[in-house]
Amino acid sequence: MSRELLKGNVAIAEAALRAGMTAYFGYPITPQTELLEHLARRMPELGRTFLQAESEIAAINMVYGAACTGVRTMTSSSGPGISLMQEGMSYIAASDLPCVVVDVMRGGPGLGNILPSQGDYFQVTRSAGHGDYHPIVLAPASVQEAVDLTILAFDLADHYRHLVILAADGLIGQMMEPAELPPMRDLSDERPAYALTGAKGRAPRRIASFYLQAEAEEAYNLHIQARLARIRAAEQRSTEYFTEDAQLLVVGYGSAGRIALSAVQKLRAQGVPVGLFRPISLYPFPEVRLRQLAAQVSAILVVEMNAGQMLEDVRLTVAEHTPIHFYGRMGGAIPVPEEIENALLKLLPTEVLS
Amino acid sequence: MQHELIFAGFGGQGIMFAGQLLAYAAMDQGYHVTWIPSYGPEMRGGTAYCTVVISDQPIGSPVVKHPSIGMIFNAPSFDKFVPMLQPNGLLVYNQSLIPQSTTRDDLLILPVSATENAPAPQLTNMVMMGALLTVKPILTLDALKAALEAHIPAHRRHLLKDNFEALASGARLAEQVTV
Amino acid sequence: MTDLLLEPTTVPMETVYCMPQALGSQPTHYCPGCTHGVAHRLLAEALDELNLRERAILVAPVGCAVFAYQYFEMDGCEAPHGRAPAMATGIKRVQPENIVITYQGDGDLASIGAGEILHAAARGEAITVIFVNNAIYGMTGGQVAPTSLTGQRTVSSPFGREGVPLQMSELLSVLPGAAYIVRRSLHNPANIRKAKKAILTALKVQQAGLGFGMVELLSSCPTNWGLTPPQALQWIETNMLPAFPVGDYKVLDAVKEL
Repeated sequence: MSRELLKGNVAIAEAALRAGMTAYFGYPITPQTELLEHLARRMPELGRTFLQAESEIAAINMVYGAACTGVRTMTSSSGPGISLMQEGMSYIAASDLPCVVVDVMRGGPGLGNILPSQGDYFQVTRSAGHGDYHPIVLAPASVQEAVDLTILAFDLADHYRHLVILAADGLIGQMMEPAELPPMRDLSDERPAYALTGAKGRAPRRIASFYLQAEAEEAYNLHIQARLARIRAAEQRSTEYFTEDAQLLVVGYGSAGRIALSAVQKLRAQGVPVGLFRPISLYPFPEVRLRQLAAQVSAILVVEMNAGQMLEDVRLTVAEHTPIHFYGRMGGAIPVPEEIENALLKLLPTEVLS
Repeated sequence: MQHELIFAGFGGQGIMFAGQLLAYAAMDQGYHVTWIPSYGPEMRGGTAYCTVVISDQPIGSPVVKHPSIGMIFNAPSFDKFVPMLQPNGLLVYNQSLIPQSTTRDDLLILPVSATENAPAPQLTNMVMMGALLTVKPILTLDALKAALEAHIPAHRRHLLKDNFEALASGARLAEQVTV
Repeated sequence: MTDLLLEPTTVPMETVYCMPQALGSQPTHYCPGCTHGVAHRLLAEALDELNLRERAILVAPVGCAVFAYQYFEMDGCEAPHGRAPAMATGIKRVQPENIVITYQGDGDLASIGAGEILHAAARGEAITVIFVNNAIYGMTGGQVAPTSLTGQRTVSSPFGREGVPLQMSELLSVLPGAAYIVRRSLHNPANIRKAKKAILTALKVQQAGLGFGMVELLSSCPTNWGLTPPQALQWIETNMLPAFPVGDYKVLDAVKEL
């Protein structure tokens, strides 16, 4: 396979289709719209289902319906639309159904703007909707990683029968970069044992999330929590740069993590012992590795394109053991490497600087 | 080596395509590359710009605050982006539509009468590209031509010859100017 | 004579009444005198008669019929409040060979789900909607609904409902995507028989792929209306029928040929 110059949104769409997505339902919203447009053409070409819904609320419920039939299905949106999908995502999660939701994050709150942001960290990692659960959340930092994580998202969704959110930001969605797409996977005719296909020659199957008795609802919650424990044990993902001898650690994901890498590279060239830890799974948060690194460094700088949301997970992970500092830009402002360099330099003990 | 370029002008001047073409050519030559558009709510006629980073190393930040090369196609973009160029950076601008000049004396400046010398107005971008690669061969003109041939949309393939002509025209203009 | 007594009769008995196969044996939680039970039975009988049970997928609502997916002996699922038409769209688009049915009350369909039902009908989704209209929110304890009658007193309209009821059959009937939209009533046997015929037709419309089909059923809610079951049936006739006339609101020519 050769590398192609691909826009993030298009790359995610094409990767989803190659991962065997049978049905897509969406609604236009900048900065993810190319994703929907690409699938509007490609899905019918392949004889698969594409539908532009009347709202994000309808789109996620169409995904819910398609997921009931046991096929791979997806929707995509950005902050305001993801807010509207929270209800449907909660139902999907509470029905043990796999599906993928792509959030190409933009500036908020409210209508905000269409520029890149990471302001949806809370709404995607804490629980997408009401109730007590977490989706699996994956955050790409390049177009190639967006492709790879889209494939992984479908595989994890099926493996755990769980909601997976690909949390990209407007920069990843709009950027073009060389990337290699995977080969087209064949669609399987087989449907999982929960799929609603009509009760022909078998007992009826029912998919619902309604438990009137406290004990029954609690038992179901314990079932979700047990699954989340397995997910936390097996699916923490991260990558790191220059961490072997780092005394100062930057923690950033997605675009912010990638921009921080430029700052780290530049300071390394000047002999400053700084490293970068980039979470790839936002849920489960890669706490095991971060805890190890935190024990080795004198301070941590969290960099995000928000007011400090992942910051809370870093605090929960590292607790009081290592001083934690924060640098963030909001509202679609993108930090440049120099800003992060300056924030890091302020944290350096004077002996390191001299 | 790392080059950080900004392409800026009116929507419809082929700004986005010029940046993408350079990105294709750089990719085909084995470089790391990123292309980012500005994306505004206006669909047509607004200021359009895109930034391209070309590097022989993996690219950290794709966001460019101080580009090393400015490809400026219209007057509003000249005022907006020339002050942001790196010291000792290169400014290539479309003299056909930009009457003003800059007081900066720390730039290499290449004025190009691109629109006047384009086989058609919509090929202004290729005249600018021909000029850029002549004065600053970050890639060869042949590499760009190969990328054009490989990536031009099928319905525009008949325009390939005109595009090549525009590139050559830009190259001639650059050769005449002492930067 | 003794010989006859020793030999059992061999004259076969005709089954004139039994549980429909499409209806499960589980007792429902509906209040005494509520016509949801009648609506369930009619749908189940129609599915049996058309031999569709094994192809059917039911999308249940939020409201009194929230457990409908348990009461039918077929595949089923549960939609968020009002979203059944969207969910049914997702199922039907992936598996057009299935018979996809939503069963929705008036709060679900006409209030919170007004957008979803409108667009499913406008797109001409080949689904069948059973719309149970009792002019009130039942499950949450009798609040005013968009379908409540002018002046109707409920726990959230204690001084009488302002405005006029939303007539969904009339509204949806003007959409080109709608193939079959009718309103029937469940307040007496004659009307119940007509309702059964309409449900049969609606299912055939989906089988034939003619477009969106909906049967609205005027239903009773003795508990929240504060009436006895017989009074409630009378209330449908006296008060609901004038506001919600039974009739055929949209019947494509192709439907008449079924």
